[in-house]
Amino acid sequence: MSITAEHAASLAATSSRPAVTAVQAYGNKLGLWNMWVAFAALALGLPMGLFQAAERSGFFPGIENTAVYFASTSTHGVLLAFVLTTFFAMGWGYHTMAHSVNKKPFFGWTSFWVSLVGTVMAAIPLLTGYASVLYTFYPPEFAHPSFYLGATLLVVGSWFWVADMIIAFVQWKKENPGKPVPLVMFMFTMTALLWGWTSLGVASEAVFQLLPVVFGIAPTIDVGLARTLFSWTLHAIVYFWLMPAYIAMYVILPKEAGGKLFSDEFARIAFVLLFIFSVPIGFHHLYVDPQQAAGWKLLHMFGTFMVAVPTFLTGFTVLASMEIAGRLRGGKGLFGWIGALDWNNPFVLGGGLALLMLTVGGWGGVLNAAYTWDVMVHNTQWITGHFHLIFGGTTVIMYLVAAYWLWPKITGNALFSRALAVWQLWLYFIGMVVLTAPWHVLGLIGQPRRVSTTDQYAAFPEYAQMWGIYEAIMIVGAVMLVVSGFMFVYNLFMTHFNKVPAADTKVEYAVAIHEPMRLPNVLNSLAFWNWAMLAYMILSYGYPIVQFFFMEGHHTIPWGV
Amino acid sequence: MSTIHIDPLEKRWLWAIGGMLALFWGVQIYFAAVENMHPPSNVETIESSKMHLSGEFAEENLGVKNEADGSYTVTMVAARYGFYPQEIEVPANTPVKLRIASFDVLHGVHVPFSNMNTMVVPGYVSEVHTQFQTPGSFPMICNEYCGLGHDYMYSKLHVTAGKS
Repeated sequence: MSITAEHAASLAATSSRPAVTAVQAYGNKLGLWNMWVAFAALALGLPMGLFQAAERSGFFPGIENTAVYFASTSTHGVLLAFVLTTFFAMGWGYHTMAHSVNKKPFFGWTSFWVSLVGTVMAAIPLLTGYASVLYTFYPPEFAHPSFYLGATLLVVGSWFWVADMIIAFVQWKKENPGKPVPLVMFMFTMTALLWGWTSLGVASEAVFQLLPVVFGIAPTIDVGLARTLFSWTLHAIVYFWLMPAYIAMYVILPKEAGGKLFSDEFARIAFVLLFIFSVPIGFHHLYVDPQQAAGWKLLHMFGTFMVAVPTFLTGFTVLASMEIAGRLRGGKGLFGWIGALDWNNPFVLGGGLALLMLTVGGWGGVLNAAYTWDVMVHNTQWITGHFHLIFGGTTVIMYLVAAYWLWPKITGNALFSRALAVWQLWLYFIGMVVLTAPWHVLGLIGQPRRVSTTDQYAAFPEYAQMWGIYEAIMIVGAVMLVVSGFMFVYNLFMTHFNKVPAADTKVEYAVAIHEPMRLPNVLNSLAFWNWAMLAYMILSYGYPIVQFFFMEGHHTIPWGV
Repeated sequence: MSTIHIDPLEKRWLWAIGGMLALFWGVQIYFAAVENMHPPSNVETIESSKMHLSGEFAEENLGVKNEADGSYTVTMVAARYGFYPQEIEVPANTPVKLRIASFDVLHGVHVPFSNMNTMVVPGYVSEVHTQFQTPGSFPMICNEYCGLGHDYMYSKLHVTAGKS
């Protein structure tokens, strides 16, 4: 239901609008600009996905073009996995810093502009076909130098944000000795710290390996080392994307659903476990790589499955919180609370759909993590299906509902249409399921990911035939996602310029059933986990990286695309 | 010392999580230790710019060899845009060792419906130990983006009926 103008006006008149402090106004503006960049990347990146689904199907000979396909794939990946995520985390992180601990960042606009300039520098070669190396970089193939410089600047810009979050966290703790840091701030700072550690891998690859080659300083590159460094980043970056989605589930969803957070402490435990177990486990991306020994892969397998622990904790706490809300709203019986929830509230609906996709996608991830079974699906379309369901599905749908929640509070304008938002979320969910279900099947029957056509195996027509029907279904899913994405951006845009004031602009986070008065230090500080990460990283990446400096004769010359 | 509040339900759930974790780990340890299933992981370097001149990956030494113990060794080069030799033939249900090295950029090899799946990283030799169970002809597909001709990079694997 959209709120009528008169209704909203009467609400606005009766509700006392909270005074916004200067710091909060600053955080609002900074957050809004960052998040608009994020969602502009979403709007640009989604149609590229549809183009790729259509191009590779072979149903539309008129649009088939391998060079455009790989330029599009590279750009789609960079826009959605790097730009959307980084700017969204920075934007909401700055907003959180202002509203939960009332701190003004030191580097707010520096961070924004450095990241934006980096994005534009990377976008130009991407869009003109000079950086078709896909978003995982792929040395010894090399793109235009501007691509690597731009990507590096985007990361450097985000480091200013990481520093800001940590400084604000430490300052608040000094001013409030013994008090628990507000949960939302604890979670966001853990996310920032995670990103700091995560990005060191790819930053080292860029600074010590890729940039020296593109500028002609180094004649050759060790691809084994480059892949090892990238694996350091490659899994934990996924948690950098996912953690803001979890934050939305922990600190907003319970309140929007009409209940309380089941446990503050378990939320913190889940986040410190996510932090410590997401970085030192990147070798499951290298299971079938020749440059690392089986023992190290086995070690990383144990850590990879440990990530299931905070995921299961999150599922439990969020579902329990929703159950509380459902029962408070009069739901009875084992499942009656589900029907009692307000599914016309975009946040409740988005949260429920996100959990559903997480449950299905998570079980798919168990196969990817399996040391002995990954060979069945490695680099097949299964992988694409898996990460679209978890990232494009669970993660991004939480970004969308977080935006529906944030925009009225930041701009002071009412959400343009709640009904449109609800339809948009359903369409997004159905589109994502229709898109990714055939991909999982295609992977199991052997279709590789990253191909721009399916009729390449002329000598094996039965394979191309087997794939046909799934190619058709995926296009339907992609169309739904593009339409849904545009509905989202339209709704956000109309909200931004809505004349109707929002009924409630107060930023309030969910309260736990037992709000902790004091916390053990490990659940309220960063230092212990920072040292633990250092130790774990030395254990799991120390020898595997150092070994390359004792090998000989394996450096490779750079190649064009 | 402050303690944290843990609900009895949460305690039960922690036991359930521990059980699932033990199951995941246990299954993987079983297949690794008992069934001897390991991903291809021989850490062995090779100079990709000179490998065509002499030795194992020189053109005259590529292909299928029948070893004295009855097993087969297949030596292949991956290069834009094919695996060479382009057709290989091995018997079913016989141990096969495939050794593959890249001449240029990153490649991958996957034979659908089998556990023959490895990255081919320039500078390193990939080695896969397997037995093909189903006779027939299969594509060996390049499953890693290697340039604009990647889509058409494949070769053929013929599995003959061989031993019973």
